[in-house]
Amino acid sequence: MTASHIGKLIKYLILIVFAIIFLTPVYVMIVTSLKPLDEVSLADMWTLPSAIDFSSYAHAFKNLAPNLMNSIYLVVPATLLSALLGAMNGYVLSKWKFKGSDLIFTVILFGMFIPYQSILIPMIQFLRTIDLYNTIPGLILVHVVYGLPITTLMFRNFYANIPDEMIESAKIDGASFLGVFRHIIIPLSITGFVVVAIWQFTNIWNEFLFAVTITTSDKQPVMVALQNLSGSQIVQWNVQMAGALLAALPTLLVYIFLGKYFVRGLLAGSVKG
Amino acid sequence: MAKEIQIKNKKKISRDHWTAIAFLIPSFILILVFVYGFIGWTGYVSLSNYNTIVPDFSFAGLKNYLYLFKDFRFQADLRNTLFFTVLFIALVIVLGLGLSILIDQKLKGESIFRNIFLFPMALSFIVTGVVWQWLLNPSTGFNHFLKFFGITPKWYTDTNIIGGFQWGSIEFGLPVAIIAVVIAAVWQMTGFSLAMYLAGLRGIDESMREAARMDGASEFQIYRKIILPMLMPITMSVVIIMAHISLKIFDLIYAMTGSGANFVTDVPGVYMFETTFRGNYYANGAAIAIIMLLLVAVFIVPYLWSSRKGDNS
Repeated sequence: MTASHIGKLIKYLILIVFAIIFLTPVYVMIVTSLKPLDEVSLADMWTLPSAIDFSSYAHAFKNLAPNLMNSIYLVVPATLLSALLGAMNGYVLSKWKFKGSDLIFTVILFGMFIPYQSILIPMIQFLRTIDLYNTIPGLILVHVVYGLPITTLMFRNFYANIPDEMIESAKIDGASFLGVFRHIIIPLSITGFVVVAIWQFTNIWNEFLFAVTITTSDKQPVMVALQNLSGSQIVQWNVQMAGALLAALPTLLVYIFLGKYFVRGLLAGSVKG
Repeated sequence: MAKEIQIKNKKKISRDHWTAIAFLIPSFILILVFVYGFIGWTGYVSLSNYNTIVPDFSFAGLKNYLYLFKDFRFQADLRNTLFFTVLFIALVIVLGLGLSILIDQKLKGESIFRNIFLFPMALSFIVTGVVWQWLLNPSTGFNHFLKFFGITPKWYTDTNIIGGFQWGSIEFGLPVAIIAVVIAAVWQMTGFSLAMYLAGLRGIDESMREAARMDGASEFQIYRKIILPMLMPITMSVVIIMAHISLKIFDLIYAMTGSGANFVTDVPGVYMFETTFRGNYYANGAAIAIIMLLLVAVFIVPYLWSSRKGDNS
């Protein structure tokens, strides 16, 4: 009895220590971002602010606001489009398998793992040719295309759980390919869409390599602006922390309120699902 | 009767199959062009003399690759990637497994712990880099506390190489500065392995543990002899997914430390970005990208192949 109590205590202790370590960066971010300018010094990094001051948020927001908007213009259409295409592909690859469809799936899936450096130089030349370089639509195109493998994978695994009998009986009742998709698959896909949309939203919002190479200055998404903010020597680091929090806020909120779906997406990202 | 219906529907089903293929074609073509076609194009650039602002696609053979393998910076990158990958994967697995086992003990508040360990997964590597740059800053950050114990690591500013010996043009060994970057990356990615292991643990039938307990096995033995082997496929997936993340890592290091003095924290992703887009050495950049792709493919191709086989059975 007591031995198991001690065991439990030790388990809690380990978990609490790690939880504190994991939360330390958040503490520093919040504390620093709330300090008035004259309390911001590296020596006082860990101390609480004497008074709560939002001026660094105002400063960071003024710097990041246009880029936050860019990110929203990018993320919303890119997420919706890649989810829709993923649903179409997943439907075919799970319920309308044909000879070679598994091979096609593997060929698509490989695109999820490539280092994007290996397509970046042609991509930029291509975007210049079609006049989409340094535009948000250009970035949307890139994220839709390279989002296809993961959204296809997620929807394929999701649809694999819908019993084939449902599809078969609908077919016998005369429903066509599109009819089954519209009347059976789509209504059953709400959770799938939520999971995929959250995953794509988070990934595209947080993405940096495409953002920094395809856009410049006023077209840049927020992560590039944040990097610029922290890279510049003249910006106080309380502003950097406030900026980091602002830039992270949308995905953090999604995680806090829809964490269950986020984790499902995370698990679906491993191939076997 | 069912056969009759099948025959009646046969024509329609085959038409539906064509519609299905038509549904898939646009995405498939996009992937063929933008993934495979562009990789081919990058490969072509990597074999050219395009190390100038003005495109020059004249054939250079393997010149750029030979240059890289002799290059101090690229050799340092390969060394750093090796140590980063090994440390990163080992820590993500050990921490993820350990914490998931603790969380799986039916303790009160397990969901709070789970959420705390998982939330960094929702953040950008850029945010992580910006914050950890300060936390591991040698003059402040964690050293503020560590100095009471008389330890003041120089973290990512340390240029020492542990166990270093001359190999090629670099000192081969574990760069101390890499440890700092590994800590930040582990903080961010442990949630992934934790979630995977937790899902695996939840999937293990309680009756198996019961049976082992009946046979007199201790809790430790149950984990070692039964649970861990059952989690092996998950470990494989985690290793492969973490390996490919680590081999192509760019944003975290770019935001947190950059190349570092003597390139102690440089990686191929950062080198590729800087040489291509800041230096206009397109052919060199393309060669780095192709090497990165090959490194990732070593892990990914067998993985995809084996999961395809598993699908069919």
